[in-house]
Amino acid sequence: MGFPHPSHPRETVVLSEHFGEAAARSYQGWIERGGYAGLRQALAMAPDEVTNVVKESGLRGRGGAGFPTGLKWSFMPKADGKPHYLVCNADESEPGTFKDREIMRWTPHALIEGCAIASYAIGAETCYIYIRGEFTEPLRIMETAVAEAYASGALGGNVLGSGRRIEMVLHRGAGAYICGEETGLMSSLEGKRGNPRSKPPFPAQAGVFGMPTTVNNVETLAAVPHIIVRGAGWYKGLVMGSPKSPGTKLISVCGHVQKPGNYEITLGFPMKDLVFELAGGMRPGRSLKAVIPGGSSVPIMSAAEVEDCPTDYENIQANGSMLGSGGMIVMDDSTDLVYQIWRLAKFYAHESCAQCTQCREGTAWTTKVLERILAGKGKTEDLDLLLDLSENMTGKTICVLSDSCAAPVVSGIQKFRSEFEAYISKAQKPALVAV
Amino acid sequence: MSEPLTRLEPRSPRGHSGGHAMPHEPVFVGALREELEKLFPKYPTKQACLLPALWIVQRERGWISEAAMAEVAQVLGLTPAVVKGVVTFYTMYHTHPVGRHFIQVCTTSPCGLCGAEDTLRALLEATGCGELGATSPDGRFTVIEVECLGACGFPTPILVDDDFIESVTPDRVGAILEGYL
Amino acid sequence: MADDLVTVTIEGIQIAVPKGTMIIEAAKQAGVLVPHYCYHPSLPAPAVCRMCLVEVEKQPKLAPACVTAVADGQVVHIGSEKAKAARQSVLEFLLINHPLDCPICDQAGECELQDYVFQEGRSGTRYAEYAKRYSPVEDFGPDILYVPNRCILCTRCVRFMESVAQDPILNVSERGDRAYIGIAEDQPLDHPWSGNVVDLCPVGSLLSKDFLHKARAWDLDKTASVCPGCTQGCNITIDTRDDVVVRLRPRPNLEVNRHFICDHGRMNYRWMNRGDRIEAPLVRDGARHLATDWDTALDRFGEILRGTRGSAVILASGRASTESLGLIRRLVEGRDVTAAVQVPLGDEAPLASLPNLALRRERAPNLAGAELLGYGRDWSGAVAAVGSAAVVIVLDAELSPEEQASLASAPGIVVLLGTVPYDGIRNAALLLPVTTMAEENGTYVNRDLRVQRYNQARSQPGMARPAWWVAGEVLAGPGPDADAPATAAQAFAMLGETWDTFGGLSYADLGFTGHVLKPGTPAGATR
Repeated sequence: MGFPHPSHPRETVVLSEHFGEAAARSYQGWIERGGYAGLRQALAMAPDEVTNVVKESGLRGRGGAGFPTGLKWSFMPKADGKPHYLVCNADESEPGTFKDREIMRWTPHALIEGCAIASYAIGAETCYIYIRGEFTEPLRIMETAVAEAYASGALGGNVLGSGRRIEMVLHRGAGAYICGEETGLMSSLEGKRGNPRSKPPFPAQAGVFGMPTTVNNVETLAAVPHIIVRGAGWYKGLVMGSPKSPGTKLISVCGHVQKPGNYEITLGFPMKDLVFELAGGMRPGRSLKAVIPGGSSVPIMSAAEVEDCPTDYENIQANGSMLGSGGMIVMDDSTDLVYQIWRLAKFYAHESCAQCTQCREGTAWTTKVLERILAGKGKTEDLDLLLDLSENMTGKTICVLSDSCAAPVVSGIQKFRSEFEAYISKAQKPALVAV
Repeated sequence: MSEPLTRLEPRSPRGHSGGHAMPHEPVFVGALREELEKLFPKYPTKQACLLPALWIVQRERGWISEAAMAEVAQVLGLTPAVVKGVVTFYTMYHTHPVGRHFIQVCTTSPCGLCGAEDTLRALLEATGCGELGATSPDGRFTVIEVECLGACGFPTPILVDDDFIESVTPDRVGAILEGYL
Repeated sequence: MADDLVTVTIEGIQIAVPKGTMIIEAAKQAGVLVPHYCYHPSLPAPAVCRMCLVEVEKQPKLAPACVTAVADGQVVHIGSEKAKAARQSVLEFLLINHPLDCPICDQAGECELQDYVFQEGRSGTRYAEYAKRYSPVEDFGPDILYVPNRCILCTRCVRFMESVAQDPILNVSERGDRAYIGIAEDQPLDHPWSGNVVDLCPVGSLLSKDFLHKARAWDLDKTASVCPGCTQGCNITIDTRDDVVVRLRPRPNLEVNRHFICDHGRMNYRWMNRGDRIEAPLVRDGARHLATDWDTALDRFGEILRGTRGSAVILASGRASTESLGLIRRLVEGRDVTAAVQVPLGDEAPLASLPNLALRRERAPNLAGAELLGYGRDWSGAVAAVGSAAVVIVLDAELSPEEQASLASAPGIVVLLGTVPYDGIRNAALLLPVTTMAEENGTYVNRDLRVQRYNQARSQPGMARPAWWVAGEVLAGPGPDADAPATAAQAFAMLGETWDTFGGLSYADLGFTGHVLKPGTPAGATR
């Protein structure tokens, strides 16, 4: 549903079916809503079978990378004698994205069930759920739900009587966007600075504590019980656009729309309809200027690019951006785009872990150049400088935070150059005090 | 675009824990020690309990001093330098005392588009802090701006201590603050 | 064996290297340097500086050479446009906050940032109108200063303390461009091996207080040597400026000390600069000592040895070279000899992660060499034997007032070979000035029986000569046709005549990393 708004008839309600229902939070309430049937079914299958079903379904990681989930699970070594770990990435920090918290707030057992099935499939007896430190309410709700699950035998040494062990540990983060990057998350879980790591080695070979690990996003895991119960074919058939992008996605629509919220759509749903119909369109007297479709780390789309773009991985890529986390930031014509891009650069500069030279220095430099432009002291060369810095910051670092800073800068200058030039030519009044 | 804000990034004072000549009372004794030790079996290493241990310290003492870091290091078999490196990495840990109530206001773009800076200004005024990172004269509040809090559909979200409050607009600020003495 | 090798082409040069070798190491074998900062062969590689990004054909992204293993048939370009552009951008990013401190920075002239920027950096800055990040200098410990402004966050220092010393006293604090190297308030950087972080720092961020503003790198003469601090035998470089030793640094030897030396050895050089030296050979004339020429002194020494019968005592410094110890020992061949080597003792300080590397208790660099040549460790026994010896030879040993008194009242003839005067021994027949190990070529044998060469780093003061030369001349006797060793190499070659273990071994066999002896087996057979 377009929580907190009532479901729109054009939504495909699967994960969000029980958003808003306080009763769905309890173990009993979840059982009444069909919960834990997926886990029971999975436990009766061989772990490899479970993985195959998920592979077949075409489910892709919903945290931002869109990597095929079943394939990721299959990377885990078989019968290697080492402890395996499932890590649930609940560090939702991508600007524009607020879907995972809803899953945890309203349907915590959906996540627990999905984690349990995934743990079983990859041979993990311990699952860590890494929740960002600021999510105090989801944490409290998850704590209660996990305790209930243990009390009811859905977790612990004998899950649902299967003889299998699945332990679930909630781990609280402490304020660092980079801990949402899977290797940064693993470092943080180990009690270290949340520094991303080079790959190889991949988490499936050497992840947390040096052991084979799979890291999955909350939304990805919440889809798993549905896939088990209703079948891979069902999920695969939920397609409106590219067949490589099946299933539903919670799109977190925010910014300049009348009804911001999470809308669950079948992938391929027209982006224009998402913004103008489901999310209620523009405020009175306003027109659409730009959309950042996948959380702030993807290129900005102009209104023209949004016009005819199905919301899925392949189509958004073909239209000059990425689906990413599905955090859709909508900007109308009142938006000072240069200011917003500066604010995003500032975000990345604040969140850089400091390992790679390009990111550590480049995000801060980018921010400073944009500040000067906003303060009325920019020069035309500054735009070329920004493009050059962005290129130097792309494809050269351990993780993609650096690239993520470059994305709005490059797409902003390419598609909205006149707005930058207005500041530079002083046709536009300064928005900041000179630094 | 309204008046520009003075931006003051709150910096942890380096190497100085600020007027703390008082001896450190150990945190991890009795029930708190038990609370921490209950976590040990859940992880293969003691170091993995570092973030949880630091949360306990901050919950009990309001902030994390160098002496507290040394204590945590000793309890977990780490060095104080390692603990300090971790504490200073994460924005939610305070390395110096703050107001009785710590307010975090999201101003990243999605909220920025929807009036977050107005909310921030209103909070700075209503609390009496005046400046980001400063504690109000009555010691009641410290206000900082933070990055995306993951509630972009409900601008502007704020955290007051552990209370996550959504959809804060300037007109709601007064009523909200009344609840925090 | 061929299965383990992988063929790769680097900068047009084809080489075969073991599977699993990182591109950066493989490149060394092709004679190509991949510019880098955070990588170091003795540290775990984090790939954070991003300087070592190289272009690998058929791969869309540049690869970090320090953590990318070679693949069979790979073609790698280090000087391609893409790789050079990436490196130039890293240098630019490093320079935006880096202060223009070269005129006042100790690292100038041996600075890896200077070197690479000169080589391929931009000629001008694009960061002109912005303020650079500023923080004051910090005192990290007894010898180490941290200059945060210059730090490029390569984290070599942090990783050294964490992985090599296994005492993580340094951290990275904060995030983003606010990050710096941090230290806990009451845990200073005083680890016995902590001085290595100064060498590891590619720039002038971590500095030695001992060396601060002492000398410019380009004024230094650098000599390969061996540390005289203990029996470990770490390889060092002695840096001198105008003939004064100003600094000791480690020299890489993967078999002995990898890339490190301990702080004790590092700081143990001031004695090399002592000015209170015996300037000329002194021969006793009644109650006085008269300065004389070497010929006279050597003749007198020969006379003494021919003219006395009976036992001999040799009291030798543990810093004496193998050549000197050997040839001096030969002077008293055929007698009943008590020869002892002086071994001051101190606390051991291992370097935790390297099993065979430590500051050793025995603070004598040539203890093993001395023992192979028949010297023992019973110092007090040897001093006591002075009371009944016909000849006593002191080889630059440090003698306490009591020990000097024993020698002063010795019944036999006392010959002193020393560097600094022995005021308490007025009865010495001869006082001959000899060189310290910094003023001569020679060898030491370390505790693993590795013979290693050291080289002359400063000029011989006054009329001082190496002790092996003195002994060699006396052994050969006077006359223009006398066959005395003229070089340390020749002296070394003579050792095999008396001691089998050195048989057949020459300086050429010792190379850069030394040669391990097997006692009882002639070295020539194991070469």
